[in-house]
Amino acid sequence: MAADDEPSTKPLRTRVVLGEAATRRRPADRAQADLAEQTPVGEALVKGLMRAQLALALRLAVVVVTALGSLPLLFAVAPGVGGLKIFGIYLPWLLLGVLSFPFLIGVGWAYVRWAERNEQDFIALIRRPEP
Amino acid sequence: MNPYLVPGLIVVVLVTVGIGVYGLRFARTTSDFLVASRSVSPAWNAAAISGEYLSAASFLGVAGLILRYGVDVLWYPVGFAAGYLALLLFVAAPLRRSGAFTLPDFCQVRLGSPLLRTLASVFVVFIGCLYLVPQLQGAGLTFTTVTGGSYVWGALLVGVVVTANVALGGMRAITFVQAFQYWLKLTALAVPVIFLALQWQSDGRPVVTPDAGATFPVATTVVIEQDALVDGVPVEKGQQLSYDAGAPVPEVSTVDAAFGADWLLPGGDGTLFATYSLILATFLGTMGLPHVLVRFYTNPDGASARRTTLVVLGLVGAFYLLPTLYGVLGRIYTPQLLMTGRTDAVVLLLPEAALGGGHLAQLLGALVTAGALAAFLSTSSGLLTSVAGVVFTDVLRAGRGGSVRDFRLATVLAASVPVLLSLYVSNMDVSRVVGLAFAVAASSFCPLLVLGIWWRRLTDVGAVAGLLAGGGASMAAVLITVLGPPLDGWLGDAVSQPAAWTVPLAFLVMIVGSLLTSRRVPHDVGATMLRLHAPESLRV
Repeated sequence: MAADDEPSTKPLRTRVVLGEAATRRRPADRAQADLAEQTPVGEALVKGLMRAQLALALRLAVVVVTALGSLPLLFAVAPGVGGLKIFGIYLPWLLLGVLSFPFLIGVGWAYVRWAERNEQDFIALIRRPEP
Repeated sequence: MNPYLVPGLIVVVLVTVGIGVYGLRFARTTSDFLVASRSVSPAWNAAAISGEYLSAASFLGVAGLILRYGVDVLWYPVGFAAGYLALLLFVAAPLRRSGAFTLPDFCQVRLGSPLLRTLASVFVVFIGCLYLVPQLQGAGLTFTTVTGGSYVWGALLVGVVVTANVALGGMRAITFVQAFQYWLKLTALAVPVIFLALQWQSDGRPVVTPDAGATFPVATTVVIEQDALVDGVPVEKGQQLSYDAGAPVPEVSTVDAAFGADWLLPGGDGTLFATYSLILATFLGTMGLPHVLVRFYTNPDGASARRTTLVVLGLVGAFYLLPTLYGVLGRIYTPQLLMTGRTDAVVLLLPEAALGGGHLAQLLGALVTAGALAAFLSTSSGLLTSVAGVVFTDVLRAGRGGSVRDFRLATVLAASVPVLLSLYVSNMDVSRVVGLAFAVAASSFCPLLVLGIWWRRLTDVGAVAGLLAGGGASMAAVLITVLGPPLDGWLGDAVSQPAAWTVPLAFLVMIVGSLLTSRRVPHDVGATMLRLHAPESLRV
């Protein structure tokens, strides 16, 4: 009843810290610290990943460019190829109108698979146990 | 007029506004409006990206081009789809990891140059308008073709619906609206095609290019729209010509189209340069379209951005199988379009022309028209969202702390210019202008993104020089093509299909400019590259 009692019944103030900030700590192992602190080792690791991803992308781009990009030239140089019929459809119509789309999707599917594998390898490299 | 048409169009507009209002219930903060709070699942996101991407040029223009020119223009749909593969290979995951919402944001993150940011904003607005004006014009032309109403009302109607939807619902609503519109567009082309194919079977599989030349399938009356020579005989504008069923289709001198082997087999009039230029523009232009990039921010991380892009490639590829069939069947059932030159209307007119005037034909006709409306609505909404985003952050300088009211103001500002332009410039060619927008995007943002993501030595000076050289040259080529006199010979090819020289030019200037100013490489490039390429799970 007395006004003096009231402060003692109130719960004590507690300090709340954002979960993310509370768990943030220095990287546990060497490689992760290298990454975070931009040491030459960390830089080299990132460069390796970039090179792997770029090489993969360029390789698949070359596949697409040779497969699709050579077609106009082929049809211009050898008009006979354009006149071929398969299942009653002229080859250029079949190649461009139908088959090019599953081909593009297939290349994209392969890229996603391999790019993710590159990243898994990179994570494994960073997280490997110290010798 | 088709009795199912008006109800069909009203349903599309109501559902679009309805989903927009439904989305409004969730959109509470500016961040919700701009980026859908980054909580859109990959399946929704992929359908939304596809719905946004498949514009009037894809829905109507590709079939019209194939009807007119045949096998040579199949590179348009192939290139429109392959653009997503280039985006997937070189841009998708790193761009998402950069955290950039718009292209100017990316310039800020990577090179930290205010000048480059401003320049990028100019290009975003230019490409956005270049792409938005023909969408609204296409809407107006479709309105005229289908209902006989006025062009101005069609363009205004779509303009107002889109502006209201973007201003009220922002991007969260747009995500749902556009996912719905992808499936609507696919259905609107896929269902009629089944009936069209059955009809073609029951008609005894007529040949697409008969040796004796095309003939009218039924008695047809054609109104000639310009003074021309019809099979060498002069005909005045507005004159009606009647043909019996089985009569040969004459050639009209004012309509540029391919016939016989020219249409059926590759080569023909299109030079090799123009074909390769088109391939380059469409393959590399997609990644530089402002409304496409904004979408990637709504993926939770880089890996899901990649998966989303792959799903988009599948959805877009499935869609592009269909316009070809419309173009080919249009050759048999709507040959009069080759006389009037209104080939873009083939998708709208084919169901009723092939299946007769019954209820089924009218229903299918209303369905494709609803799909066309969805195509205008979704692409213009996406473009408007991204142009408004740039106006919001870079012109009004509102930044991330800006209010929802500022975003609405930005939307109205961004919409007013293209809507007014579309009312006063009505003779621009729809599919050609869209192709030019790809060329500008391929020669400005493609080199900036690819070099920015994969090459550490890019500098702000090099990037600005490259943007000005490649983007400026392609912009000039676009303006000459659209506004200037017609050009012939190699100069005409180089100006009307500029990508083959402007894309290499942009890359070259950007690389040489960066090497010459190598001291200006940002000191934090290592940290930026780590952020762009390392998987999110390693973030420290």
